[in-house]
Amino acid sequence: MAERTGPVVALAGNPNVGKSTVFNAITGLRQHTGNWPGKTVAAAWGTYLHEGTEYTLVDLPGTYSLSARSPEEEQTRRFLREGGADAVAVVCDATCLERSLGLVFQVLELTGRVVVCVNLLDEAARKGVEVDLEKLSAALGVPVVGASAGRGRGLEELKEAVARAVEDAAPPPPRPAVGVEAQIAAGEAAAALAVKHRRGDPGRGDRRLDRLFTSRATGIPVMLVLLLGVFWLTIVGANYPSQWLSALFAAVEEGLRTLLAALNAPGWLTGALVDGVYRVLSWVVSVMLPPMAIFFPLFTLLEDFGYLPRVAFVMDHAFQRCRACGKQALTMCMGLGCNAAGVTGCRIIDSPRERLIAILTNCLMPCNGRFPAMIAIITMFFAGQGGGSLAAAAALTGVILLGTALTFLLSRLLSATVLRGMPASFTLELPPYRRPQVGKVVVRSLLDRTLFVLGRAVAVAAPAGLLLWLCANVTVGEATLLARMAGALDPLGRLLGMDGAILLAFLLGWPANEIVLPIVMMIYLSSGTLAEWESLEGLKTLLTDNGWTGLTAVCTLLFSLSHWPCSTTCLTIRKETGSWKWTALAVLLPTALGALLCLVTATAARLLGVA
Amino acid sequence: METTRDLRALRPGDRAAVAAVHHEKAMARRLMQLGFVPGTLVTCVGVSPAGDPAAYLVRGAVIALRGCDAARVEIVPAAEVCHG
Repeated sequence: MAERTGPVVALAGNPNVGKSTVFNAITGLRQHTGNWPGKTVAAAWGTYLHEGTEYTLVDLPGTYSLSARSPEEEQTRRFLREGGADAVAVVCDATCLERSLGLVFQVLELTGRVVVCVNLLDEAARKGVEVDLEKLSAALGVPVVGASAGRGRGLEELKEAVARAVEDAAPPPPRPAVGVEAQIAAGEAAAALAVKHRRGDPGRGDRRLDRLFTSRATGIPVMLVLLLGVFWLTIVGANYPSQWLSALFAAVEEGLRTLLAALNAPGWLTGALVDGVYRVLSWVVSVMLPPMAIFFPLFTLLEDFGYLPRVAFVMDHAFQRCRACGKQALTMCMGLGCNAAGVTGCRIIDSPRERLIAILTNCLMPCNGRFPAMIAIITMFFAGQGGGSLAAAAALTGVILLGTALTFLLSRLLSATVLRGMPASFTLELPPYRRPQVGKVVVRSLLDRTLFVLGRAVAVAAPAGLLLWLCANVTVGEATLLARMAGALDPLGRLLGMDGAILLAFLLGWPANEIVLPIVMMIYLSSGTLAEWESLEGLKTLLTDNGWTGLTAVCTLLFSLSHWPCSTTCLTIRKETGSWKWTALAVLLPTALGALLCLVTATAARLLGVA
Repeated sequence: METTRDLRALRPGDRAAVAAVHHEKAMARRLMQLGFVPGTLVTCVGVSPAGDPAAYLVRGAVIALRGCDAARVEIVPAAEVCHG
């Protein structure tokens, strides 16, 4: 950012006031925003043009204060203190203005070039809250603009007010520093002047929803039903696009083969391109993409609605008993989308000890790259196809619950050994529920996910397909390279209830979990059997022909749930912890746990004679 | 009336006023910034299934606190504040 010459504007605000929405709407940069405290964990920046001048907008982490209690507060404080910005826009929540104003008064002690943006005016109106912007501006002594950033309202006014604050030759001087209590009192007084409640309690609807989502009787059942429902919709919804895509890819494959034959392409070229690159690519796209593209928008809707902090509230007691932080539940939710994102998200946990626990256990939540393969295995071996989607969803929910149980176990274990300590104090905000912007969320996250998966398919799956095909066709002595490696791993694989091919696939799938099942298929296919594998039935035939039983499926599921994090996640863990030692532990712990689970399951099944 | 009470005494629906925050410095400051300032009215709005943490409405926002932290916030009956 050093070379930029235009004005720099800092965007500050409490967590969860729609600050990121304002940022996105103004800069047009795509950035994921969430309705939970502290989603923006590192300052992002973007630029916008206003009347011919280029402004740089820095999205500071959401904080309640500038008191430097957490790294985020420290970061924000330092940036504002050291004059990093030519003006500061402080975003406030109109539904809860009094609270937001505390930060405004803290910023006003650092600089007078401040614009206050009262966001979520639409949400406030719905709750019967009216904000008099002029009275507020008079009370604060700085310009105030109203906005509903989600609907794009008020942004031009904000840009204009910011421009004036930047250009102001004689800005108001910073206010004299006073204590927290005086800041709170000032906020209270200003809010009392400017806010009018048309109805009694604006939070009454929220309290009703909270009773449903968090009470003793309904909190946990509702959470399970929601999880089950999301998975069910994912599985049912993914079925058809999966079939269409498979049919499409099969047709294109025919065409490709014909084309290559017409061009007199040598057999190895056809093999490498079609059996290698194309098949892995088409598997990843047709089997993995639809569940991801459906799960992600559904989950984002729950997030936008404000449900996820309630999960943390409901689950906190269990984390407390593990001497960990309730916010770990939020990082687990992020991990369901992507473990690397989950690991980065652990910054919302203030205590370094508890943050490490959350980082080291995050990959026990199966990410988007893993659970579509789990759905495929569950559908093939346990739920049957067609009518069994509810059973499949229930089984997948069971897998997630097992992952949660393992998370508790490992967290407790860490708290008792290398990360010994008592739970630290923490506060969890339960933000107001918001009506999610369904259309926008669905379109955006569907598009984002699709592009993301397609990008990864091209960047990782295609080269991996080529490499695998080579390994499957380069012979060393009697057998192919792939068969040799699988053979070497076979004894260990069988001990764990799987086989060498599956274990090798997990190893080779390190860059991206999406490609684990296609690798298994390719290893089996390299030994000569050629099967119809455009459908799951065809795949099941291939797997059972290669010795898969119910036990193999269970152990593969268990190991998929608990093994080393993917390469991206490993690098993220290294970055977040700053230590290879912790990264190594993050690899070792889930791997050992998964291997142990598989070993016990396989041994028990064999002793009981069910396998 | 002699024994001091803390936030844990509030059942869902109960309201009281903050009398004092007795916590280590950083956390006391955080609680104050969240609105737990002497004289502020606090309403307990719910408890989690396990009974801990509980959620408190303070200055228009809902904040969840664990029992061990709620114990550090001393309260007095809401009526005492209204009388000044």
